[in-house]
Amino acid sequence: MGRYVIRRLLQMIPVFIGSTFLIFFMVYALGDPVAALFGDKAPDPATAARIRKDLYLDQPLWKQYVHYMGQIFQGDFGTAFNGQSVTDLMATAFPVTLRLTIVAVVIEVVVGITLGVVSGLRRGKSVDTSLLVLTLIVISVPTFVTGYLLQYLFGVKWGWVRPTVSPDAPFNELILPGIVLALVSLAYVTRLSRTSIAENVKADYVRTAVAKGLPRRRVVTRHLLRNSLIPVVTFIGTDIGALMGGAIVTERIFNIHGVGYQLYQGILRNNSPTVVGFVTILVIVFLLANLLVDLLYAVLDPRIRYA
Amino acid sequence: MPERDEPAYDPLQPGEGEAIAPTGQGGPMDLALDEAESLEKVLGDEPTGPAEKARSLWSDAWHQLRRNPVFIVSSLLILFLVLIAIWPQLIASGDPLHCDLSKSQQGSAPGHPFGYDTQGCDVYTRTVYGARASITVGVCATLGAALLGSALGGLAGFFGHWGDALLSRIADIFFGIPVVLGGLVFLSVVTSTTVWPVVGFIVLLGWPQLARIARGSVITAKQNDYVQAARALGAGNTRLLLRHVAPNAVAPVIVVATIALGTYIALEATLSFLGVGLRPPTVSWGIDISNAASQIRNAPHMLLYPAGALSLTVLAFIMLGDAVRDALDPKLR
Repeated sequence: MGRYVIRRLLQMIPVFIGSTFLIFFMVYALGDPVAALFGDKAPDPATAARIRKDLYLDQPLWKQYVHYMGQIFQGDFGTAFNGQSVTDLMATAFPVTLRLTIVAVVIEVVVGITLGVVSGLRRGKSVDTSLLVLTLIVISVPTFVTGYLLQYLFGVKWGWVRPTVSPDAPFNELILPGIVLALVSLAYVTRLSRTSIAENVKADYVRTAVAKGLPRRRVVTRHLLRNSLIPVVTFIGTDIGALMGGAIVTERIFNIHGVGYQLYQGILRNNSPTVVGFVTILVIVFLLANLLVDLLYAVLDPRIRYA
Repeated sequence: MPERDEPAYDPLQPGEGEAIAPTGQGGPMDLALDEAESLEKVLGDEPTGPAEKARSLWSDAWHQLRRNPVFIVSSLLILFLVLIAIWPQLIASGDPLHCDLSKSQQGSAPGHPFGYDTQGCDVYTRTVYGARASITVGVCATLGAALLGSALGGLAGFFGHWGDALLSRIADIFFGIPVVLGGLVFLSVVTSTTVWPVVGFIVLLGWPQLARIARGSVITAKQNDYVQAARALGAGNTRLLLRHVAPNAVAPVIVVATIALGTYIALEATLSFLGVGLRPPTVSWGIDISNAASQIRNAPHMLLYPAGALSLTVLAFIMLGDAVRDALDPKLR
C-alpha cells in the first residue's frame, strides 16, 4: 500500500509539471503582463524594461517557469492586481469555494445515489424511464441557464432565498448555488449508479443474500450498494476537481467571492501570478482527489489489493 | 457541463495495472470506466456469428435504430438544426443584425413571435441564426477531436511501448486542466471574431478523451483471434490496423464523439457566456443568453428562447449518442 502511494505520487510529478507549464505558457507567452499593467496607455520603454527585470520577465520562458515554481515552493505566490499577496487571496477564496463544493458534493451523493438506486431497482418501469429522461434534460441544459433560472425563480420571484451570496458565504446561503453547481453531476451520478445497480442486481451474491432470507433493506445497502458504488466513487472523485474549477460560472451568477471569482478577475486584469497560482493549486487538488479515489477502491472492493 | 471530464486515471494503463491483483475476468477496475467505455469490451469480441444469417454489427445496429423513437426524434431534430444552420433564411426572413432601439425589450408582436432584445433586435431571427455558430463549432470540434484522438490513441494502443506511455502521460496533462479555466486563459488573449479559435481550443482539450477511448478499444480489438490469424498469414501492420482492427474498434469512438458533440456545443455557449468564446457580430446563443441574463427581471423572454434552443440542440445530440450506444451494445438487449 505504502509503496503504491509513493509510486502514484511520483507519477504525479510529470503530470503536475506538464499541466502547470501549459498554463504558465498560455498566460506568460500569449499575454503581456507588463502591457496589461498600463492598460490602454503605452508604457515608457525604460519603465517597462525595469518592471520586466523586476518580475523576471526578461528571461527565457523555461527559466521564468523554474524561478516561479521555486518561489511557489517557498510559499511565495506573487502579488495580485490590487497589491494583496496571492496567498492572502487564496486564504479568503478557497474556504468559500470549498464550502460550495462540499454542499454540491453532498447533494450530488445523497440525491444522486438515492435516485440511481430507485431507478436501478425498477429498471424498465415508468419511474426508471422518467428519471432517465429527466437526467438527460438536466445534462442538456447548461449550468449558466439553470443558474439564472433558479436564481430568478427562488431568489427574485418567490423570494425564498437571497438571490446573491454575502461575502462571508455561510453554508445556508450556499444551498441554492450548491444545487446549481451539483445539478449536472447529479444527473451523471444518477445514471452511473442506475446502470451499476441494474447490472449487479442479477449477480449471484445478491441472489444468495436474498435466498439467505436477509431483509431487502440489508441486501440493498450492504450487498448491492457497496459493490455498485465503485464507478460512482470514481466519478465523484474526479468531479471534485472539476467542480472547484467549474464553479466559475456558478460563482459569477451568485456573486460568490471564491476561487472562480478571483481567477476571473485575474484573467480579466491579466494578472499572471493570480491565474497561475490558483490553477496550480487546483491541479494539485485534482491530482490528489484522483489518488484518493484509487485508494478508496480497496476500501469498497476487498478483492483489490495494492502491492 | 463539459468541464466534467473523464477520469484522469487510466485503469488500462499497463504500468498501473500491475499494481492491482487481477481478479477474475476483467477485474473490478472495469466497473470504474464510464458507461460508454464499458462498450468497448463488448464490441471487441463481436465477430458476426457464422451460424446464423450473417448480419454485421452495423446493419444490426441500424435495424434496431430504425425502431427506436428516441433515435428518430433526435435525428429529425438534428437534421432540422443542420438545415437552418446552412439556410437560416428558410424560416427567418429578417436580418439578425438589424435592430431598432425604439423596440428595446418589447414582447412578442405580429411577425416577431419571440419579441425584441435590449438592442431592439428580433429575438426569433437571432435565435434561428444562432444555430449556425453552435452547429459549426460542435461539428468541427468533434471532427477534429475525433480524428486527432482516434489516430493518436489508435496508434498508441496498437503499437504500445514507449509511444503509448508517452501519449497516456500527455493525455493526463490535458486532463489536469479544468476545461472552462483553460478556455478563459487561452481564449482571453485571442482577438479573432471567427469560430476557429474556439474550435481549436475545444479540439486541444477534447482529443485526449477520444484518444483514451480509441486506445482502449484498439487494445481489446487487436487481441482477437482473427487479428492474430491475419498476422500469421503475413499481413502487415497497415493492413492489420486498417482492415481488421479499426473497423472493430471504431464503435465506442463514434458513441462518445456523438455525446461529446452535444457537450462541445454547451461548452462553446459557456465560453461565449463568459465573454471569451465567440464574439459579436457573430450571432451566438451564448452571447445572447449572457446579454439577456442581466435583464431577466424585465424581459425573461430574451433569455428563454435562446436558452431553450441551446438546450434542445444539446439534448438532441446527447439523445442521439444514447440511442446509438444502445444499438451498438448488444449486452443491453
